[in-house]
Amino acid sequence: MAQHTASHGAHEHGESHGSLKSYVIGFILSLVLTAIPLGVVLNGWLEGTAAYVALMACAVLQFAVQLVFFMHLREEKKPRYNLLALIFGIIILITIVAGSIWIMMYNQVAH
Amino acid sequence: MDRIKEFASTFFVTGDPLIYGADVAIVATMAAVVFVLTYFKKWTWLWREWLTTVDHKRIGIMYVVASLLMLFRGGVDALLMRTQLAVPNNQFLQPEHYNEIFTTHGVIMILFMAMPLMFGLFNLVVPLQIGARDVAFPFLNSLSFWLFFFGAMLFNVSFVIGGSPNAGWLAYPPLSEKMFNPGVGQDFYIWGIQISGIGSLMTGINFIVTILKMRAPGMKLMKMPMFTWSVLSSCLTIIMAFPILTVTLALLFIDRYLGAHFFTLDAGGNPMMYINLIWMWGHPEVYIVVLPAFGIMSEIVSTFSRKRLFGYKSMVFALMCISVFSFFTWAHHFFTMGSGADVNAFFAVTTMIIAIPTGVKVFNWVFTMYRGRISFPTPMLWVMGFILCFVVGGMTGVMLSVAPADFQFHNSYFLIAHFHQVLIGGVAFAYFAALTYWWPKVFGFKLNEKLGKWAFWFWNVGFYICFMPQYVLGLMGMTRRISHYGWDTGWWELNLVSTVGGFLMGIAFLFQVWQIMHSIKFMERDATGDPWDGRTLEWSLPSPVPHYNFAVVPTVDSRDAWWEEKLRRERGEAPAPQPKLEPIHMPKNSGIPIIMALCWFVAGFGFVFDWLWMAIPGLVGVAVCMLVYSFSYKTDYYIPVDEIERTEAAARGAV
Amino acid sequence: MAHVNAHAGSAGKAGVAHEAGHGHHDLESLRLMGFWIFLMTDVIIFATLFATYIVLRNGTAGGPTASELFEMPGVVAETFILLTSSFTGGLAVLSMNQGSRKGLIGWLAVTALLGASFIGLEISEFVKMVHEGATIGTSAFLSGFFTLVGTHGVHVSIGLVWMVALMIQLGRRGITPVTRRKVNVISLYWHFLDVVWIFVFTIVYLLGVM
Repeated sequence: MAQHTASHGAHEHGESHGSLKSYVIGFILSLVLTAIPLGVVLNGWLEGTAAYVALMACAVLQFAVQLVFFMHLREEKKPRYNLLALIFGIIILITIVAGSIWIMMYNQVAH
Repeated sequence: MDRIKEFASTFFVTGDPLIYGADVAIVATMAAVVFVLTYFKKWTWLWREWLTTVDHKRIGIMYVVASLLMLFRGGVDALLMRTQLAVPNNQFLQPEHYNEIFTTHGVIMILFMAMPLMFGLFNLVVPLQIGARDVAFPFLNSLSFWLFFFGAMLFNVSFVIGGSPNAGWLAYPPLSEKMFNPGVGQDFYIWGIQISGIGSLMTGINFIVTILKMRAPGMKLMKMPMFTWSVLSSCLTIIMAFPILTVTLALLFIDRYLGAHFFTLDAGGNPMMYINLIWMWGHPEVYIVVLPAFGIMSEIVSTFSRKRLFGYKSMVFALMCISVFSFFTWAHHFFTMGSGADVNAFFAVTTMIIAIPTGVKVFNWVFTMYRGRISFPTPMLWVMGFILCFVVGGMTGVMLSVAPADFQFHNSYFLIAHFHQVLIGGVAFAYFAALTYWWPKVFGFKLNEKLGKWAFWFWNVGFYICFMPQYVLGLMGMTRRISHYGWDTGWWELNLVSTVGGFLMGIAFLFQVWQIMHSIKFMERDATGDPWDGRTLEWSLPSPVPHYNFAVVPTVDSRDAWWEEKLRRERGEAPAPQPKLEPIHMPKNSGIPIIMALCWFVAGFGFVFDWLWMAIPGLVGVAVCMLVYSFSYKTDYYIPVDEIERTEAAARGAV
Repeated sequence: MAHVNAHAGSAGKAGVAHEAGHGHHDLESLRLMGFWIFLMTDVIIFATLFATYIVLRNGTAGGPTASELFEMPGVVAETFILLTSSFTGGLAVLSMNQGSRKGLIGWLAVTALLGASFIGLEISEFVKMVHEGATIGTSAFLSGFFTLVGTHGVHVSIGLVWMVALMIQLGRRGITPVTRRKVNVISLYWHFLDVVWIFVFTIVYLLGVM
């Protein structure tokens, strides 16, 4: 903190650029990726496991769309600490959710 | 009048002479503090120089002082328990009181002693080691400290107001649910930990950014001192583990406060889910406190062997592996919960695997000492004690990781002995080593060696006398958390021995206090700034360090940067030309952190007693503090060159 | 050659040049990075809440189940409102990068209004459920539901207060390095909440009624 000079700053943000085009593409993609699961569930396009997979796939894609088009993750300069932090976060996220499900729901004694 | 009496009799803890004694002691101490501050007209000084400071060095000192006070309280709890267990059928403590004491002992030692002592060391050392003038977010740093402080106070106040928590250090439901625990103790537990936990989380973020972004030019990641590496790995674990604790405690509070059914026995709740979640935090937590200990060991071993650390890269790799792997072993805390064989097998194997990187480190330290010119001042003695103790503690951990065998060890004194051996043998030994090692850097004088060695030997010997019998007691069937046992159990001889050991450790603590007092009284100023012939950047500065740390930010191109520089000077290489000083940009002090943390305290206290008239203004205060900070733009200033020159000249005079 | 600069007068260093170049740290970029890491901790908060919800999902204890309780039209409206607000939040940043303070404040206002209507819909949904007797204390399933969705709602509400505070600051100070970083930070926060909602929408609502 201490080594900061006040005159500095504006040029280095580099995180949020993007153009109108990329925002519009992102928005359209996210609308589509929301409409598909709605169709799957409300109109019954798919059933059972296929529906689960389609729903989760759309959610994950939507997440990717937001990251790339809105949060500009691809524009980060090296070293890509933010990306690394995200990957670490996702690993722990999956551990928490999948681990809990495995331990709590798929063992015969606890229920 | 009667209503006031009735209120007071439930509000204050009554009926126990020990607690009345404590009441008197607390009131007397507070009166004495207020009197001294007023008499010597020190209130403004206290506010300006300490309470509102954003200087990492002062925050570090406050962390250390607070954690030593907590060590005292946690230690007294321990000795009370050992006294109770010294002989069969002892009537010293009632069972309810005993429950409260083991609960507060555990919580205080881990969350309000080990954690803040660790954060204190982060603050005192890391910016100096990486050549920075402060941490990345000094305001946040101050806020973290005050959140910890008021969280700890909220937890501690339960002991005289309202009643202490009594459901164990992790407050397992259903015992910690309203149905079985209707008092306010559990709510003190939740809010005390919650408030200080937010502080821990922010410290984690703060130091990650500091280490990744604020290193001196030329200090590539693989040139960082090992302590800084260990802090990075610990902080990475903090940011992923502490949110789990926050949520888990919040859910328990929602259960208690709003009548939800997450962990209740009825309406579809599942207490096991709490145990699953709390250990997802709890297991990484023990690595959080022990990882920096590994860094401390590495620094001290290499300094006092006068050699470069052996296996730097493998050490870094081991630290980072542990950061991630610590998240994959949590279920070994509840092998007996009744998960399927697949779950238990998986977590048994991951637990065994995580012992490997830990073992790598031990070999690295031993090989660093091999053929070194070793000396044994107090910090190095603590390191020696650590290595032996930690290896044994680690081995018993591997024994516990064997799932079928764990059905025997589970919740027995074998387990108690194991985790005290890794937490005392690993964490406490290392942090004491660190305190004596970095003390001269912080205060400008060394601690007395002779008293330090007395403290070490009492502690070390006391430790083995205290905990070795507990392994045997565990195998003899003594379970944890029992307050009474009969003559017919055959446990009393070993328990008595263990109690003697506990008191030896208490004497060691007194020696440490004496050591500090003695060293202050007969202070010998260290004029060199480098009393141990150190290797890393912090030893290049005068002690105590000027508040801007580095007059000119250093350039680094090797691992033991200061050591290499000293070698160059010995060879007579001319120092590079004196650089021109420039004004230094520094953050301003701020009163917002302490006020905001106080508001959290008020809100927490209000929620504990279900007084919304108190809780809501507290939360509003928190929000107002945040907004005031958001709207304040003049948060920094420049130190002019002539002031730097004056400070440096004075420091040089001392050198 | 390493040059460790000790206290003045004892050692120097080769170049002072870095002091003007890379030797100092860009405070605003540090803060942006700090906020990103904070978001990762928030990811873990929601991960834990999701895990709890999923594990306790079947613990309805004779109370209403997901498919009996959820009314999709309102939820679909909430989803599209939040998606749109994520887009308008992006447009605010775009205006900022083009140097238009008016555009920036305007789009932020649109984003905040959309956020407020999202919260309004969510509150009315909750109120309706409570009137039907489905409260947080009814069953473990509903405890998990209200806590998970409510935590997201609290996040959105905090974002709204923050956005208003930021609009005032922008009005007073214009686009400076500091306010620019603040806009970037809140836009990250807002997109993040949108992502969380997508998973709430999928895992809680869609899988609930399926």
